[in-house]
Amino acid sequence: MRIKCPLCGSRDRREFYYQGHASILDRPDPESTLETWNDYLHNRENLAGVTEDLWHHEQGCGAWLVVKRNTVSHEVLSARLAKENGL
Amino acid sequence: MRLPGKGLIDRGNALNFHFNDRPYIGFAGDTLASALLANDQILVGRSFKYHRPRGIMTAGSEEPNALVTVKRGKSKEPNTRATVQPLYEGLVAQPQNAWPSLRFDALGINDYLSTFLAAGFYYKTFMWPQPFWEWLYEPLIRRAAGLGTLNMSYDHDLYEKAYAHCDVLIVGAGPSGLMAALTVARAGLSVVLVDENNRLGGRLLSEVEEVDSVAGHVWAADVTVELEGLANVTIMTNTTVTGAYDQGTYGALERVAHHLGILPSGLPLETFWRIVAKRTILCAGALERQIAFPNNDRPGIMTASGMRSYLNQYGVATGKKIAIFGNNSDAHRTARDLTNSGVEVVAMIDSRIGVSAIADYPLYAGARVVDTSGRLGLSAITIEYQGKTKVLECDALGVSGGWNPTVHLTCHMNGRPVWDEKLASFLSKEGAIPGMVVAGSAAGTMNTAGVLAEAYAVASIVIKDLGKSAVKLNVPKSEDGTYEITAFWDVGGKGRAWLDFQNDVTTKDIKQAAQENFRSVEHMKRYTTQGMATDQGKNSNVTALAVLADATGRGIPETGTTTFRPPYVPVAMAALGAGGEGKGFAPERFLSSHLASQELNAPMIEAGLWYRPSYFPQAGESHWRQSCDREVDMVRSQVGVCDVSTLGKIDIKGKDAAKFLDLLYTNSFATLKIGRVRYGLMLREDGHVMDDGTCARLGETHYLMTTTTAAAGEVMRHMDFVHQVLRPDLDLSFVSVTEHWAQFAIAGPKSREILNGILSKKINNESIPYMGCGEVNLGDVAGRLFRISFSGEHAYELAVPARYGDSLFRLLLGKAKALGGGPYGMEALNTLRIEKGFITHAEIHGRTTAFDIGMSRMVSAKKDCIGKVMAARPGMVGEHRDQLVGLRPLDPLKQIISGAHLFEVEDISERKNDQGYVTSMCYSPSAKSVIAQAFLRNGRARLGSKVKMVDHLSGVETICEVCDLVFFDPEGGRLRG
Repeated sequence: MRIKCPLCGSRDRREFYYQGHASILDRPDPESTLETWNDYLHNRENLAGVTEDLWHHEQGCGAWLVVKRNTVSHEVLSARLAKENGL
Repeated sequence: MRLPGKGLIDRGNALNFHFNDRPYIGFAGDTLASALLANDQILVGRSFKYHRPRGIMTAGSEEPNALVTVKRGKSKEPNTRATVQPLYEGLVAQPQNAWPSLRFDALGINDYLSTFLAAGFYYKTFMWPQPFWEWLYEPLIRRAAGLGTLNMSYDHDLYEKAYAHCDVLIVGAGPSGLMAALTVARAGLSVVLVDENNRLGGRLLSEVEEVDSVAGHVWAADVTVELEGLANVTIMTNTTVTGAYDQGTYGALERVAHHLGILPSGLPLETFWRIVAKRTILCAGALERQIAFPNNDRPGIMTASGMRSYLNQYGVATGKKIAIFGNNSDAHRTARDLTNSGVEVVAMIDSRIGVSAIADYPLYAGARVVDTSGRLGLSAITIEYQGKTKVLECDALGVSGGWNPTVHLTCHMNGRPVWDEKLASFLSKEGAIPGMVVAGSAAGTMNTAGVLAEAYAVASIVIKDLGKSAVKLNVPKSEDGTYEITAFWDVGGKGRAWLDFQNDVTTKDIKQAAQENFRSVEHMKRYTTQGMATDQGKNSNVTALAVLADATGRGIPETGTTTFRPPYVPVAMAALGAGGEGKGFAPERFLSSHLASQELNAPMIEAGLWYRPSYFPQAGESHWRQSCDREVDMVRSQVGVCDVSTLGKIDIKGKDAAKFLDLLYTNSFATLKIGRVRYGLMLREDGHVMDDGTCARLGETHYLMTTTTAAAGEVMRHMDFVHQVLRPDLDLSFVSVTEHWAQFAIAGPKSREILNGILSKKINNESIPYMGCGEVNLGDVAGRLFRISFSGEHAYELAVPARYGDSLFRLLLGKAKALGGGPYGMEALNTLRIEKGFITHAEIHGRTTAFDIGMSRMVSAKKDCIGKVMAARPGMVGEHRDQLVGLRPLDPLKQIISGAHLFEVEDISERKNDQGYVTSMCYSPSAKSVIAQAFLRNGRARLGSKVKMVDHLSGVETICEVCDLVFFDPEGGRLRG
């Protein structure tokens, strides 16, 4: 598997650390209910199809990436810098 | 038998070799298989289950029968396919799976018992009693079954892994691969051309038909020369692409040195490649399949195309009187070539009617082979022709059940092949592998002219796809016959008809599987072991599923195929694991004081990738405990020096640095004064402790964080996460400076005395108070001084740029020695911290909370931090939690064991009574007792009570008193001294 890091170009997946679904981008407000926090930390949709995950280019530039890929076809559709999320 | 003047071998270069302890002679250019056949060695092995005599069946990597053990020096390579083993001077090979000898195999008795050993036999017979499995059934089956044996000693051969990148990967260098490579290369794209054999040409080497008015192998050689001359082409021979993976990644096994008798030092035997290509053209050709008929497995029976390869490429006639049995036009070429070479063809038996011969050989059209005879080698066949049976004497039989395009790689990403009625074969599904296109006979094109034209066309599309323009090429003229086939799978009749030769699966087994309702092709495979041998069904799967389709009354498309998975050919574990053996490519991290510690004979202990000194033995000390106890006493009474550079150091700068740290740590760092250090606790978002350490404020917007050695990488990743993912709005940057600074702990009552002997400007309790820090100078060298302590003593950590580490360490040791001190290692460091109640990752092991370790108060109520919400969840705090406490045995010299569990004194020591566990222990010279840290249910409320420590592994039981974590200087007066 290869991921196209926006900073480094196409790289082997062994250079990356996999974190999990990109929903962890949206950290709840500290005042939110425990249920909201529980969902944020533990509950995932785990869909077959297009998903967005967070990957860390740990053996490369150190950037956290939001990688869009298809879990059925293994197609990697895009990768963008997490710090540009919502910009 | 070798024929004069034929073949592409070098007759001027004779090679001696041994097989089955007998000497033979072959020629350069031979494989072991062709050389054995040239020497009329027809019997080469025994089958897996029935131990039936078997001969060479193919001329390629799909060979199921001719598995031998090749011995080279000390190493021994079992299950080598003789058909891909190049011959070299002095080659020694042994047959396998035969005892006491190849000609007489005792387990051949299985063959007579075959009625009882049919499909599912193991499943049905060895069911019960269950304990029998371990001592009777399994050893018995293991001895009887199996192929080559491992030599059970260290593998001395070298293996490597390597990486390659290209625009276009071309798999296979037969006519289509060569044509595609030429087309792509001339367009200026980078090409990797991979072929299994040691010379390019594929089937062209085995055929007599011309290409471009020259012999096929001559054309192949000419193209090879041109490709070799192009800088943008990499040719990889003896290499098999084993798997197709995501985003254009392919695995490939290069058999680097199997053609050499003696390996030059440093040369790997095999290299496992990862090749990344923008596009791939699959030119893997096709494999010929068998027809099932009674006793079709005798030595001397092989594929018709294999026979043709041995004839045309190696100049070997595989028999004196040869018959051919086929269902397609291609089989006739073998009869023709043999006839034209002067070998007697006794019969061409074609299952089709209305066909004619293409040379002068006896043709039996509409006929079939119904039986064979000959115990260790074929002696005669029985054919059915025009309603009558007839026995024909012959010593070799070539069989062709048609050709299966080699679509394996196209199926590696779950693409199912599609049945083609006209070809009576499966073809790849278009687009099954992104970026891969198929050309040549792998795509079902069955004549050379068509193959070349198609390869050119496909390559031109790929070139365009990659944004280049194709250079116009003339496709050379060549054979343009038609391939005609009428599907014919199973002759039927009495007697066993083999499908999977290696695993001894017969048509009867398939029918039985269907009868017992293993009707799905995947069930049938597992029930019968069809296709589970080392050839993975390359020779037999399609025929087997045709038999299954017939037995279940379905068509072949409905029956479907089993799943083709990587690897395409067997790959040695040693090749896959290359670089991972022993230390392999794992980096090692050495302290700047490493050499000096080694000079002092300090044994090293691994801490992650780091090597750290355990202790520094002195004359007369024979046990580590003696050294450790002395070092502890030395620190407590005088002074000790310890390299602590392994701790992670992260330099943080920026206007929002304080805000960032307040989010990371449970406690506040915005309130930390410049020039001061604070201990900090970090949680994971789920509320468990991630790491701890100190953080110094060097300036208004400048902090220096330390992490534990173990979690340095994890903390760095976490900080990247928090900054980039959660708070990209914060204005700061940070970088790991772990390797930039050498840092030494100077601990003990005389620590300041040492420092004042080396620092340019003297320090005192006011200039550097407890938990103070500042910049210092050692002559011209600028350093940093932190007054922090992991020992409970008046202590400092002094940091200098790493290049000065060695000399500073030696300088500190000299000063310490003069004051009755010296170096201390990890053992003493650990004892000192346990005495003082400090924690390490033995305690913050990922399942403990700030509450558990007694640090609830460090979670600031005034601000948010990572993990704060979840740490306050019900369940994360309370009496039911295991809380960190101190333990000491009632008898101070009784054992406490890390990992041992705790129970109430009167309880039975079993799981339901579990009260906690020991995390760290040591003998404390200061307390003159064994002491420990442990997590105990509601432990802080149980100080003064007794618990029973039980180590179920060693059977040790010790009654302990629960006590405070801090065993030494609880008031902390020594720290501030």
